Amino acid sequence: MALSRIHPFQALFDLQRALDSSRSSDWLRGSTAARGSFPPINMFQKDDDFVAIIELPGVNKADLDIQAKGNYIRLSGTKSPSYPENVSAHRRERVFGSFDRTISVPIKINPDGIKAEYRDGVLALFIPRAEEDKPRKVQLS
Amino acid sequence: MASKQELQVQEKQEIAEGKETTIPARYFVPPTDIFEAEDALTVVMEVPGVTKDSMTVDLENDQLRIEGKIDYSNYEGMEPVYTEYNVGHYQRSFSISNKIDRDRISADLADGVLTLVLPKAEEMKPHKIKVN
Repeated sequence: MALSRIHPFQALFDLQRALDSSRSSDWLRGSTAARGSFPPINMFQKDDDFVAIIELPGVNKADLDIQAKGNYIRLSGTKSPSYPENVSAHRRERVFGSFDRTISVPIKINPDGIKAEYRDGVLALFIPRAEEDKPRKVQLS
Repeated sequence: MASKQELQVQEKQEIAEGKETTIPARYFVPPTDIFEAEDALTVVMEVPGVTKDSMTVDLENDQLRIEGKIDYSNYEGMEPVYTEYNVGHYQRSFSISNKIDRDRISADLADGVLTLVLPKAEEMKPHKIKVN
């Protein structure tokens, strides 16, 4: 497969495979949170910290509420259509309504340090790990 | 809570096998609403993660083709630890049966939602049919 290595799409394919294989991850094991609620969440580790990426197309920033407490992060909001009246539908596939999801992360986080960014319909939560939870180098004396 | 419509997870749908065989990556079908008003056809499509520059909209003959690419370089240095959905580019085509005034088509991308307004050509606007 030497040829496909240089293909620019290989990087995306590798990412897709990595995302698939962590679908069966037991990272949340033991916590009350589980799969299946809206919105779907992808959680990544970046250096010592964590990043949650959530696709929320069509949700107005003002209709999005994010709360963090302890190691709980609560995401709630509404997604409402902004269609004119008196139109006739050819196709309806998008879903609308409200959501309220709590995810408990199985690590110690610094809830005050969480940063949120919403761009192009994607919400990114930067979740810093608690200082006392970060790995420390042990000095040999 | 009972009276509120609660959102359910909509599994992302992949493009059927055999259509994109040259590329070793998966494409997804964006959930789409299409509605018609008296003077225009509007196509609304969810493409989270796609920026204006990486959105392509073509109308050739009666085929409307939409392609949106995500920038996966954002994921560099990120190790997935727990995932519930996959990411990929988006692609979808429709046969537009109405005659469209091509010069007045407008496209807008906001919060990951593409809205295409395809104004109907003058001769295609509805006229009431009188029953004698």
